Amino acid sequence: MLKDITLGQYFPGDTVVHRLDPRTKLLLVIVYIVGLFNSAGWASYAFVIIVTALSMAISKIKPKSALKGLKPLVIIIILTAVLNIFYTDGTPIVEGWIITWEGIERAVMMSLRIILLIVGTFMLTYTTSPIALTDGLEIMMGPLKKIKIPVHEMSMMMSMALRFIPTLIEETDKIMSAQKARGADFDSGNLFQRAKALLPILVPLFVSAFRRADELAVAMESRCYHGGKGRTRMKQMRMQGIDAWALVLGAVFLAAIFVMKRFGL
Amino acid sequence: MSSIISIKNVHYTYPGDEFESLCGIDLEIEKGSFVAVLGHNGSGKSTLAKHLNAILTPTEGEVLVNGMSTNDEDKLIDIRRTVGMVFQNPDNQIVANVVEDDVAFAPENLGVEPQEIRKRVDNALKQVDMYEFRLHAPHLLSGGQKQRVAIAGVIAMEPEVIVLDEPTAMLDPKGREEVISTVTKLCREKGITVVLITHHMSECIGSDRVIVMSNGHVIADDSPEKVFSQVELMKSEGLTVPATTELMFELNKNGWHLPLTALGVKECAKEIAKELK
Repeated sequence: MLKDITLGQYFPGDTVVHRLDPRTKLLLVIVYIVGLFNSAGWASYAFVIIVTALSMAISKIKPKSALKGLKPLVIIIILTAVLNIFYTDGTPIVEGWIITWEGIERAVMMSLRIILLIVGTFMLTYTTSPIALTDGLEIMMGPLKKIKIPVHEMSMMMSMALRFIPTLIEETDKIMSAQKARGADFDSGNLFQRAKALLPILVPLFVSAFRRADELAVAMESRCYHGGKGRTRMKQMRMQGIDAWALVLGAVFLAAIFVMKRFGL
Repeated sequence: MSSIISIKNVHYTYPGDEFESLCGIDLEIEKGSFVAVLGHNGSGKSTLAKHLNAILTPTEGEVLVNGMSTNDEDKLIDIRRTVGMVFQNPDNQIVANVVEDDVAFAPENLGVEPQEIRKRVDNALKQVDMYEFRLHAPHLLSGGQKQRVAIAGVIAMEPEVIVLDEPTAMLDPKGREEVISTVTKLCREKGITVVLITHHMSECIGSDRVIVMSNGHVIADDSPEKVFSQVELMKSEGLTVPATTELMFELNKNGWHLPLTALGVKECAKEIAKELK
């Protein structure tokens, strides 16, 4: 039951976008966000939308799955739209109303901005495996080690957490079955009753998770783990030709946005 | 043969415990040998295992690995790359999401060159017959397969000794067989010293030497044939003997004269056939 949950949002595939170095993709996402926040007029928005649609097509992501990611944020988007409609000064639609043409325009732009932001960043997680992503982040944040930020430890923790998600889900499943066998009821009652029923699952789960963590630490030490110092990697990340091209396209995108901004489009 | 690990009068008390878990152990483990350590729960066998690669250090006495004392913190990494350790629960010792990445973990920690790691990883996976699973996710493998991946993860470190702390306790009979035959092969063909901690008597049959522990003491230390023929001693320690020995022991009680040293099923059958003639 619980095993069917899809973890992260990664859709394995073999498109050009999937093959890009995770660092390239991270950089491109930053470029995309900067571009998005610097689009001022309708022309630039149209341009960003076209670019987003194109990259979705190249990475073979179905629009449906991209929109799925928006679901949890519907409320925020609606709220932004409503606030912008009512709190923007300008020419009212009808004399005496507080709703203005400018308000409507801003509401649409703001909602579009949020939607594009989410769809664009999801493209990264849709096409990059979580491990590649953490590795890419670790390398990119490497310079931060100089100011004593434990970059290696953070990425190690992230990849370790990802590694143990399926194991812990399996364990939760087992505990739930064991509790059900003894008459526990997780599916009826109001919210509070249900939350309370989860307690007997959480306690054993936590206890075993800590035990696991302890054993894992000993096992890691036994395999000579001593932090990130002097560590090498079997799989080297290498920027290739397509990465260079992707970055060039990213630069062109950004330049185009700034040019349009200059002319107020 | 020279010894690779010397345990000299080792005492150990867990912090907060009143009783010693190890009360003066003296052992020499010879290079290339296959040593089985037997004992019931709480006999101190796992505590002893943890002393071999400096997870625990003795409260009194000394453990020497290739002449390096485990009390010497500067030698920690060198000791751990010499003595690899495989634990009971395969899930809790696999660190990566992909089999080959997990096997690469130890050499990565040691700072080995990437191409060399690749070679070691492929080699290690081939030795445990898991090469075709190199791109699988570990949590989808069977218990025996996971444990073989864990062994590969240790081999990739190129250790001289592998200590296995009840590696088969959580496995089904098939997985148990896979693990034991892998370990035996590593010892016989690659000359890696194996220290196998177990409570399954049948796993000790192929070993060179069996050490029986009880309450922190070594109570027997000899070839498997000689140890298991002390049926009464083993039973008084709450340990069973292999089924073959048990059979011959019971027959002897009824006036037969069988040698208790025939441990394998075939040897046992031969002895009984001889006696019947």
